[in-house]
Amino acid sequence: MIEARGLSKRFQDKKRGEIRAVDNVSFTCQASKIYGLLGANGAGKTTTLRMLATILEPTDGTAIVCGYDVVEHPEKVRANVGFLSTATALYRRLTAQEFVEYFGRLNGLDEPTLKKRVDDIFNRLDMNEFRDRRCDKLSTGMMQKTSIARTLVHDPPVMIFDEPTNGLDIMTARTITAFIRECRDNGKTVIFSTHIMSEVEKLCDTIGIIQSGKLLVEGSLGQLRDKYAEHDLEEIFVKVVTPHYVAEASN
Amino acid sequence: MSLRNVGIVYKKELTEALRDRRTVISTILVPLLLFPVLSVGFGALAVTLVGKAKEEVPKVMLRGGEDSPAVVEGLEKLDKIEIVPETPDWKDQIINKEIRAAVEIPTGFQANVARQKSDTVKIFNYEGEMKSEFATDKIEKYMKEYRDRVVKDRLAAKNLPETVLNPFDVKRENVAPPEKVSGAAFGGIIGYMVILLCMTGAMYPAMDLTAGEKERGTMETILSSPISRMHLVLGKFFLVLTAALGTAALSVLSMGVSFSVLGHYTGQTAGGRAAASGLLLKLGPKTVISVFLMALPVAVLFSATLMTIALFAKTYKEAQSYLTPMTFVVIIPAIAAMLPGVELTPKLSLIPILNVSLLCKELVAGTYHWNFIAIIFISTCVYAAAALFLAIKMFQRESVLFRS
Repeated sequence: MIEARGLSKRFQDKKRGEIRAVDNVSFTCQASKIYGLLGANGAGKTTTLRMLATILEPTDGTAIVCGYDVVEHPEKVRANVGFLSTATALYRRLTAQEFVEYFGRLNGLDEPTLKKRVDDIFNRLDMNEFRDRRCDKLSTGMMQKTSIARTLVHDPPVMIFDEPTNGLDIMTARTITAFIRECRDNGKTVIFSTHIMSEVEKLCDTIGIIQSGKLLVEGSLGQLRDKYAEHDLEEIFVKVVTPHYVAEASN
Repeated sequence: MSLRNVGIVYKKELTEALRDRRTVISTILVPLLLFPVLSVGFGALAVTLVGKAKEEVPKVMLRGGEDSPAVVEGLEKLDKIEIVPETPDWKDQIINKEIRAAVEIPTGFQANVARQKSDTVKIFNYEGEMKSEFATDKIEKYMKEYRDRVVKDRLAAKNLPETVLNPFDVKRENVAPPEKVSGAAFGGIIGYMVILLCMTGAMYPAMDLTAGEKERGTMETILSSPISRMHLVLGKFFLVLTAALGTAALSVLSMGVSFSVLGHYTGQTAGGRAAASGLLLKLGPKTVISVFLMALPVAVLFSATLMTIALFAKTYKEAQSYLTPMTFVVIIPAIAAMLPGVELTPKLSLIPILNVSLLCKELVAGTYHWNFIAIIFISTCVYAAAALFLAIKMFQRESVLFRS
């Protein structure tokens, strides 16, 4: 389970002064559910997810991931999280197997467990054909599978996906969305960010719309449709964020 | 602290480094091949060129001397010298290297010598030009021998012994053991090279493991794993340190072998023998171990400092532009230690790089000033620890890791 409690992140920018990338965001993601964080570019999605994955430290507030506080026990949080984004690249000079094993070892797996886990994952994701191939020789699809294998090697109960399909071709993107669904079906807590409406409609149990670092609204797709009297998610999104845009512009 | 995690990172970085052509070239191939090519190659080339120059029969123009047949005859009989008749453009011919020198015998030279009247024989040459210098040396040698014969004859005519002109001899003799002599000559170079090579060896991996990782997008991947940032930076640091020490060790080894080969081939020349004996035979295992023990904290200092600086960069190229000037920061104190007269003092023993450079000079010469060794080792360790601490701190700063 993930519970964000007033998460905030401020950055100092020489030209623009203080920037509130994430401003007092609170939400809860349950096990066996997918929470979708929907927002435009620069809305604060990546910063929020990076704080949950303890890659960034919150300026204020905190989050509890699998019972561990992200500020107090970041290493324990990371041991329970699988983090995947288009920015999490592969080590090009390692083979696919070496890459996955490296992260298995960093997650504290002993060698027999690691071998069994790697064999299972490579069989399941149909990766045996390229397991000894260096990552710089892999196709985009193979790279994505290797990244997925990396997030799964320690079998984490929480999965965090930051715009995981960004820039991918449709077939590779489908591999990822199928994987996200599989994670939920296996009882994992899943949170993912995107700005692609169709993905949210297809995958998410709960949707949170974020703009300028603030979580403006959250609920299931049905709840949002009822609340805004719109069927199309894109229309709902525009209705939610437009007043905020207008307020920002007038400021 | 989990050594296991540091070891996992180190092993992975080592695997990647050994598969990276640029790292293998800069850390292994360059030090192994650079010295053989530079020393043996250029050394052999120099020996060949000098030998060739000595074998050439230089043309020397004779000016005057019509009334001094004995002198002219002696000059013409000189081995490997071709005496050519005088032409008006003799100066141009020397400059254009058509002839190598010209010798001017003054009018009535032989008669003046017989009358004990002083005279001057002039030799015109192209200063600094090797072949011209060889020709000049031969002519000068002949003329000096001629003068000595005249002096001898005059003394004999007056029944005076030769000691009248040479009442006593002055002779210098070296009492310093050979390793100290070679140490004074080569010690500075050894320290300079070990320090510089530690730096160059550390430079590429320091950039690759920090800015390179950011550029390739793997920084976020590794930061999402449970390893602590301290373990991560230590694993990376040990790889950079290995590269620094490895480069220095391979270079010294390669240099030793090269000079031994060079010494073998140029064994006839004093320079070749000195180089070979100075660098190979006199560098015992004790000296080599001492130099490397002193180089260890310096390598730690370089590795940590270079990593810290390179971490600020977003790309490999940016890191290169930050680190290239660092080479000068290291070269200047290392060269200063080679200057004649610069010796260890308590103040200098606190200046990083310069202190170790100076100490290496002493160590190679076989002198062990234990108080200086202690001060330098401890102070360098303190600097190194500070640099490593800074590197760990920088790895924990989001503004550095995610600088945009």
